[in-house]
Amino acid sequence: MIDVLIDITLLAFLAITSIAILRMTNLFATVMLYGIFSLLSAGLFVVMDAPDVAFTEAAVGAGISTVLMLATLALVKRPQRPFYEEAPRTHRAWLPLVVVVVTGSALIYGTWDIPGFGAADAPAQTHVARYYIDNAMPETGVPNVVTAVLASYRGFDTLGEVTVIFTAAVAVLLLIGGRRSVKADKSKTQEKQDEA
Amino acid sequence: MRPNLILHVVAKFVIPLIILFALYVQFHGDFGPGGGFQAGVIFSAAFILYSLVFGLDRAEKIIPARWLRILAALGVVIYAGVGIESMILGGNYLDYSLLGSNQIAGQHLGILLVELGVGITVAAAMLILFFTFAGRGRS
Amino acid sequence: MDFFIGHYNYWIVIILMMVGLYTVISRGNLIKKIIGLNIFQVSVFFLYISLGAVEGGAAPIIAEGVKVYSNPLPHVLILTAIVVGVATTALALALVVRIKESYGTIEEDEIHNLDHSL
Repeated sequence: MIDVLIDITLLAFLAITSIAILRMTNLFATVMLYGIFSLLSAGLFVVMDAPDVAFTEAAVGAGISTVLMLATLALVKRPQRPFYEEAPRTHRAWLPLVVVVVTGSALIYGTWDIPGFGAADAPAQTHVARYYIDNAMPETGVPNVVTAVLASYRGFDTLGEVTVIFTAAVAVLLLIGGRRSVKADKSKTQEKQDEA
Repeated sequence: MRPNLILHVVAKFVIPLIILFALYVQFHGDFGPGGGFQAGVIFSAAFILYSLVFGLDRAEKIIPARWLRILAALGVVIYAGVGIESMILGGNYLDYSLLGSNQIAGQHLGILLVELGVGITVAAAMLILFFTFAGRGRS
Repeated sequence: MDFFIGHYNYWIVIILMMVGLYTVISRGNLIKKIIGLNIFQVSVFFLYISLGAVEGGAAPIIAEGVKVYSNPLPHVLILTAIVVGVATTALALALVVRIKESYGTIEEDEIHNLDHSL
């Protein structure tokens, strides 16, 4: 019962944080709230019995990605105050709101057919998951089933993921790793002013 | 950078612990929660903390950017190499069973090596990302 | 009440997903858009982990005396997705940095105006 209470509270916090992120116009505050959002999700993953995922989310979401976003903010801030403020919106976005509400209602209607949270006889639990839990220990000798599936049963998948991470690092190096060219420093606004 | 005594002392105390924890997560990932992905990220977090406290130049002296690029590639090579090794031994690609004297030993060794490759690549890639973004603001 | 507890997770997931989507569509600031994408992404993680949870189950680490474990497969998928997610987010941020350097702004409207005012 206590699990359910923590689950409900943390999920409510998450929803509130996400709406705060949406409404906040200061980018610095937004990034900080996103760090809180990630930490809350890490706590939730522990409640849902996924310690490996919680580990990763805590280190990645609350640590690395917040630092990366702050580093980017320092690079893209405005030349004068307010440094981190979003530009005021020129119009109310009614169409996106309609799209989002309609999509959301359709999805919520769809949840009526999903087996309830934690149902042991749900289709997701009865096929390959059973096999992994029963056979991971005798076949690989590794008690942590997540590690066994990650590295052994789904080895190809993980190889692909590692390659993606490597490729992303290479791409970031190619994009902003080199020296800044002189021309790039001169922004298009300045060019326009020069022409005028 | 303006030196801050409290930050320096706390960082010097905490960083070795973070690295120790990363190594624990890496090599104990078979038995408890953990593995290469988590360990790599925690490991890089230690160095990011170091460079935030002591400055980017000192951090880049410890791990030069050239090494990071080599390490990031090395992790993928270790991973793919384990697969090729198991092919040379007569199995399928990434079938670790033939690496050891019996299936359990082989699987265990294979998983350990593969996780090591994952850890190296993730740690190096995260550090590359951070140093690239931070270095862009400096020039 | 059981129905509420059983489906509460999914409803919050949908709310997060829609907040993320709305942020991406309606906000013009590129950093804000990336954060919206990340919220969307985290909501998908929650969907997977919620589907994998089992009532009264333990974390999927085989131990003596434990009978019920939660589903390890979503954990594996999401674990890698989180790390890949931060790598791709970094790529998007790098693109934003380049856009800022060549346009001088990260507001979508201003970039659009600059592109069409020549």
